[in-house]
Amino acid sequence: MLRVSNLSCSRGNKPLFADVSFALQAGQALHLEGDNGVGKTSLLRIICGLSPADAGEVCWHDKTIQQNATAFRSSLFYLGHGLSLKEELTALENLMSDAAVSGRTLSQAQALVALARMGLRGREHLPLRVMSQGQKRRTALARLIASQAPLWVLDEPFVALDAKAVDGLRGLLAEHVTNGGMVLFTSHQPVALTSASGSSVAVQTYRLKGVA
Amino acid sequence: MSGTAFMAVLRRDLLLAMRRKSEVLTAVFFFVVVAALFPLGIGPELNTLRLVAPGVLWVGALLSSMLALQRLFEADYRDGTLEQMALSPTPMSLLISAKLLAHWLVSGVPLVLLAPVLGLQFDLSADALVTLTLALLLGTPVLSLVGGIGAALTLGVRGGGVLLSLLVLPLFIPVLVFGAGAVEAQASGLGAQAHFSILMAMLLPAAFFSPFACAAALRIALE
Repeated sequence: MLRVSNLSCSRGNKPLFADVSFALQAGQALHLEGDNGVGKTSLLRIICGLSPADAGEVCWHDKTIQQNATAFRSSLFYLGHGLSLKEELTALENLMSDAAVSGRTLSQAQALVALARMGLRGREHLPLRVMSQGQKRRTALARLIASQAPLWVLDEPFVALDAKAVDGLRGLLAEHVTNGGMVLFTSHQPVALTSASGSSVAVQTYRLKGVA
Repeated sequence: MSGTAFMAVLRRDLLLAMRRKSEVLTAVFFFVVVAALFPLGIGPELNTLRLVAPGVLWVGALLSSMLALQRLFEADYRDGTLEQMALSPTPMSLLISAKLLAHWLVSGVPLVLLAPVLGLQFDLSADALVTLTLALLLGTPVLSLVGGIGAALTLGVRGGGVLLSLLVLPLFIPVLVFGAGAVEAQASGLGAQAHFSILMAMLLPAAFFSPFACAAALRIALE
């Protein structure tokens, strides 16, 4: 499980947020809300261990993520604002090299299935630079399907997707949570997770407040 | 598992270099043009040409590798690939060493291969050409490795290109001195053995420490 206790963060001399605490158990989803500029992305980056926090700690299975770095990183899937996709490579090549870097085994067949499920059938061998913004995001999200990581940290996953892809992603998140995974995501819209079978999954919300 | 990740980064960077040919070719053409212009500018005085050849070719190689250096981590930083590398269970320094190796294969090896051809314009003897090529083979990886630290430190800094040159060029001086010196020592009959040993003594610690230094600098840049 992921436990965040008393995190605070500042940018320059300006405090962003303070005393942020929450916990995420297996089979739970947490929607992180907050106004623009309140520090949602900074919080997610701290949770992933990319940025240091001013105070507080992030624990993964009761050990801080710094002590437990390798185990934490192999259980983590992070999708940030940068999609980490290469414009010159095809969707399939992007997926394969990304999987190898993040230490996952992914066969070509699995990658093709993942792309097809994100509605990119027939576009697997197109270089990303000829794809639309939405198709690029679909490629990035296809990594979720192939991911075996239990913890998904997603920064604005619903941006630039059409209604059908939004439904697909919601189904994907619901399925992951039902299978005992954890999802932590930010979004400016209320999100209800409904799995393909129609059962809905509870989503907790945490509202991030800036320091006045 | 670490090996797969290393190979994946290496393969990806080489594939990207193949698809962005213009970027790679710019640096190589720069080297060719610089080396080709000098004999024209100096004139057909063979003794002078033989004398300046090692220095000119080394300075050309050094500046051409500077050109490629600025883009070493830039694209990965902007599109988030570097974040994924920092979050990989594989040690970041190993992934960075794959990047540095790919960078040398793309920007250093063509220079090593072209040097003997370009050296002919300076009327270098076969013996001197072999020495020059060997010296470049030992020296250009040092340029990539030490330059990589500079590129990592200046990542995301405004005016990073100028800062990178200021930071890295002084560190290239020993490589230049002993690299160019090898050819002169060989020509004067002293033998280039000592120069090769010193170049090797620069290459080995650079190869060992540079990935760690780059990874540490990149983690700071990512904060």
